[in-house]
Amino acid sequence: MALLLSELYQGLISLVDFVMHPLQDRVGIKGMAYIFVLPNLLIFGIFILLPMLLNFYYAFTGGTQLFPQNRPFVGMDNLNTLFTCSDFLVPNSCREDLFWRAVFNTFGYVAAQVSLMIILSLVTALALNRDIRARGFFRSVFFYPVLLSPVVVALIWKWILQQNGLLNALIVGLGGNAIPFMVNPQWAQLWVVFISLWAQMGFFTLILLAGLQAIPHEFYEAASIDGAGRWRSFRSVTLPLLMPTLFVVILLSLIRAVQIFDQVFPFTSGGPGTATLYIVQYIFQTGFSNQTKEYGLAAAASLVMASFLLILTVLQLRAGRSSEVS
Amino acid sequence: MNSVLDFLTRTRGKTRLEAVDVLTYLYLLFGTIIMFGPVVWLVMSSFKSQTDLIRFPPTFFPYRQETVVVEGHDKPLELYTVTFEDGTTRQMAQVRRVGIEAQMIDPAAPAEIVKVNIKQRAPVESVYVSLENYTNGIERFNFWTYLKNTVLVTTATTILTLFVNSMAAFALSKYQFRGRDTILLLTICTLMVPLSVILIPVFLVITQIGWNNNLLGIIVPAAATPTGVFLLRQYMLTIPDELIDSARIDGASEWRIYLQIILPLARPALAVLTIFSIMWRWNDFLWPLIVLSRSELFTLQVGLNSFQGELQTQWDLILAMTVLTLLPITLVFGFLQSYITSGIATTGMK
Repeated sequence: MALLLSELYQGLISLVDFVMHPLQDRVGIKGMAYIFVLPNLLIFGIFILLPMLLNFYYAFTGGTQLFPQNRPFVGMDNLNTLFTCSDFLVPNSCREDLFWRAVFNTFGYVAAQVSLMIILSLVTALALNRDIRARGFFRSVFFYPVLLSPVVVALIWKWILQQNGLLNALIVGLGGNAIPFMVNPQWAQLWVVFISLWAQMGFFTLILLAGLQAIPHEFYEAASIDGAGRWRSFRSVTLPLLMPTLFVVILLSLIRAVQIFDQVFPFTSGGPGTATLYIVQYIFQTGFSNQTKEYGLAAAASLVMASFLLILTVLQLRAGRSSEVS
Repeated sequence: MNSVLDFLTRTRGKTRLEAVDVLTYLYLLFGTIIMFGPVVWLVMSSFKSQTDLIRFPPTFFPYRQETVVVEGHDKPLELYTVTFEDGTTRQMAQVRRVGIEAQMIDPAAPAEIVKVNIKQRAPVESVYVSLENYTNGIERFNFWTYLKNTVLVTTATTILTLFVNSMAAFALSKYQFRGRDTILLLTICTLMVPLSVILIPVFLVITQIGWNNNLLGIIVPAAATPTGVFLLRQYMLTIPDELIDSARIDGASEWRIYLQIILPLARPALAVLTIFSIMWRWNDFLWPLIVLSRSELFTLQVGLNSFQGELQTQWDLILAMTVLTLLPITLVFGFLQSYITSGIATTGMK
């Protein structure tokens, strides 16, 4: 079988060689480099770069037509619609109140999720970095939920959190009253944070663990010779040397948290009410699932989100650089 | 007593188990329950019958009420343990229930009907793994269609990704040409541009090409992953240039060098990218949700989402289909876990 495959591969090489040789004679070795990057560049250009430019076009045109030639230019109208508020702190006073509700919800979610994510994944990575038994097993256990699809994650927890679910059974068993988790807005927001932590923590733990393992042992030995205790060596050795990795983790988790959608949509569909409506779902609804498809408004909203992500990234990189210098 | 404690706290190499170690193990154990428990609970629940699923408080194992075939009755009768006033208990079959009164018979002597208050009887149950949810679910859920679509999308995208990315990585790591740094910079920039920011224009492009409601619309756009180009390029930089030079002297064409020297040598990096790509594409949700609106084209994730929307509370079928959806990726993880975890740890990508 293996022999057959390798012969097949050799045949393929000869075939490609035969077809491509004239081409190489024509464009030369240097020219072949362009041929090699071409497919990737084409897909890239058509599905990422071109859309990035087109997004501006959508944000400044109106109407409900998808094709650009049918869309009238409206200038700043879409952005104005999004930013018309009598009081920016009260979503209800805005013309596009759902957008502002989504913005506020996203801010709250990002603040809670990212800070908890950093703490929990750091603690877990520190625990896994100790000289413990079955380390590989524990590492896999914490990583396993990362592989699960967002829909599966949502359904697993929906089943546990429902009125007659496992968690309410435990609460009742301990003498409490069953809580309608998915009906109460605050509880729903809390569980959205929880399930996204559950589903993503293993990934960040793994990156931090790799960062921890890259710290040379000698540093700890030197610290302990100098009489540093556990806490001291964590603060003076581990934390500074882990900083670059920690910055990567903060940046990645921030970017991902701002885009929260996949787990929430099958979990709460934004509800109850609009308690778990986040920006990407607002874009999705405005552009794709509502009766009138307001592509311009959705594109304007994604422009706002993109600028926010850009600012975040730049700030992060700045902070990262200055911490390296000091 | 002391020696038992000594034994329990003995560790490899180090002298004693300290308080911090105990805390570490407790934390990891707690974490294991939180991380793994829900999945175990899902799997156990998926074997339960519909009546068993609405039981409160729920049991861990799936149970089924025992039935008995009694002469003179066409259907099997449900079996109960009846406690009489004098304290004796007997196993009896229920013929019918009228209000709070149940008419029971002894399976051994089916002629005599005993009337009992329903509070006096408790069902006789045994652990029973029912596969009915799975068979019914597969019928209702179009499981095979969704599976076929998902497998098709996952394999096609992964093969395309491997070729397209490795070709680009080869060019970017082994050639000097004008525009190389620009392309590299663009690649890094797009690492930071998430799909959710450009949903509408990408949808336009797809519609313009005619790939709306077409699996190609989710296969091709996903193929040029910046992560893959990056990962492969970093790896290919470590392949010595002398190999390529000597191959050229021997008269090998650039394509032969790519196929016969670079690809085999880059196998470890290609393996990591393969695993990543399979994970990404198997679990993709937002983009397929936008592109696919005809249900015969749904992938498993989109199908599962619409299935749960349709059925609302029919948890028996939803649970079974959730298990089927997570099964393949769990098996892959089981076999390749060390590859996956070390791959992610070294590249820091997902």
